[in-house]
Amino acid sequence: MIVAKRKPLEQIEAMLEGFNKILIVGCGTCVAVCMAGGEKEVELLAAELRMRSKLQGRPRTIDEMTVTRQCDKEYLDQLAKHVADYDVILSTGCGAGVQFLAERYDDKIVLPALNTLFIGVAEGPGIWSQRCMACSECILDQTGGICPMTLCAKNLLNGPCGGTNHGKCEVDGQKDCAWTLIYRRLEKLGRLDLLEKIQPPKDYGAMTKPGRFTHEAFQQAEQHEE
Amino acid sequence: MVAALRDAFAQKEFVVTAEIGPPKGTDISDLIQHVELLKDKVDGLNVTDNQSSVMRISSLAICRVILDHGGEPILQLTCRDRNRLALQSELLSAAVLGVHNVLCLTGDYVSVGDHPQAKPVFDLDSVQLLQTVGLLNQGKDLSGSDLQGKTDFFAGAVVTPEADPIEPQLAKFRKKIAAGAKFIQTQAIYDLDNFQRFMEQARKHDVKIMAGVVLLVSAGMARYMNKNVPGIFVPDKLVEEMAQAPKGKGIEAGIAIAGRMIRQLRDEKLCDGVHIMAIGKEGRVPDILEAAQ
Repeated sequence: MIVAKRKPLEQIEAMLEGFNKILIVGCGTCVAVCMAGGEKEVELLAAELRMRSKLQGRPRTIDEMTVTRQCDKEYLDQLAKHVADYDVILSTGCGAGVQFLAERYDDKIVLPALNTLFIGVAEGPGIWSQRCMACSECILDQTGGICPMTLCAKNLLNGPCGGTNHGKCEVDGQKDCAWTLIYRRLEKLGRLDLLEKIQPPKDYGAMTKPGRFTHEAFQQAEQHEE
Repeated sequence: MVAALRDAFAQKEFVVTAEIGPPKGTDISDLIQHVELLKDKVDGLNVTDNQSSVMRISSLAICRVILDHGGEPILQLTCRDRNRLALQSELLSAAVLGVHNVLCLTGDYVSVGDHPQAKPVFDLDSVQLLQTVGLLNQGKDLSGSDLQGKTDFFAGAVVTPEADPIEPQLAKFRKKIAAGAKFIQTQAIYDLDNFQRFMEQARKHDVKIMAGVVLLVSAGMARYMNKNVPGIFVPDKLVEEMAQAPKGKGIEAGIAIAGRMIRQLRDEKLCDGVHIMAIGKEGRVPDILEAAQ
């Protein structure tokens, strides 16, 4: 899932400066799971903003709505009858959600309440870590299911650098060396022969931004539309 | 013109190179002095590439300065600051400037240096860079296009014999040789027993091994490296020897240790040469060589 964390309240307040009618829109998918922008977090953010209003003697309207997903048009449509009542929409979606919301309501100011961090997993309660950088050409079959593009700071494809330090990384001694992990996993799987194969340079052309993909089943329909 | 370092390996039993670190800024008077001092005492001067991710004069520019002063330069090339276009372009530029030795490295991460906010590149890794050098030597570039005039590089790479675990390091070492490395320079070594164990593995391959020798200047430096520099292990005995040096004479003890190590490596034919890194004390390299006699 997409992992994000909320921006500091001061930063959010600075963005909201001068706006009196604020609609906070939450997202019920990834950012809800990572406790950054779901219904509960929207409730908390709204309460904090209202408290500030009160303390500063500055009345503002702060309302809340959380949709199932901000990255799907059908869910954004549900907001249509409400948005006209507000000066600004504060989205607690990921960067994709914020943009889709801004695109759907392009006459409204849409602001981001979160910083989007990475595609990751829940390691434990309240702990998430990155696992994939969406490089468009998965090589996990070659590396024992551990991604050097993501877990090695230098995205090295052919083994560890000289900075590997007793299984840790030179960049951050708290983090594991991806290539030590890969070695141990391949050893466990009896596939150490994979370590001997020279991996060719990565095709970064496959990652050219912005990415776009149409499912085969829908390609004909899309062409027809065009 | 061909790589004189290649000839040195072909003709000599024990090859000696020394490291030169380009300065930050345009004053190269000290550097020229070091080049003049060392050029006839060593077989090659190995010029670092923004070492420790600290911005300095480029390795290529200093390599050319070394040529102008009659020395044999070795271009260090890391994958940190250049994508595959810039790396190949730098290699072609080196070739036309008369630089024919290249040491291919991954490069330290940007966060350890003086511009930690920089965007790190790492488009290629060191193995792929070695393969790229091989292609340029064959008159092709990485995209398969023909070159108008090919290069003739003598390529090297590095290894960390004290890495733990050693197995993934050795796997990459084998890949580097398969990718075209003709000489391998090691991270600093201090424990010759460990080094001999590494050499038993290394000797299975057709490649020249240069032991890395970093000049110790104090017991504090030895302890610092043990604690902070990945892949460097200074045995207690040597730390103690450094600690016993009279105040202000640490570097003399370090020179004695480096000289003794080089002598043993050479006399016992443990490897094919040494690469001396006298970080910031390049002027003392002749003393190390004298101590090694």
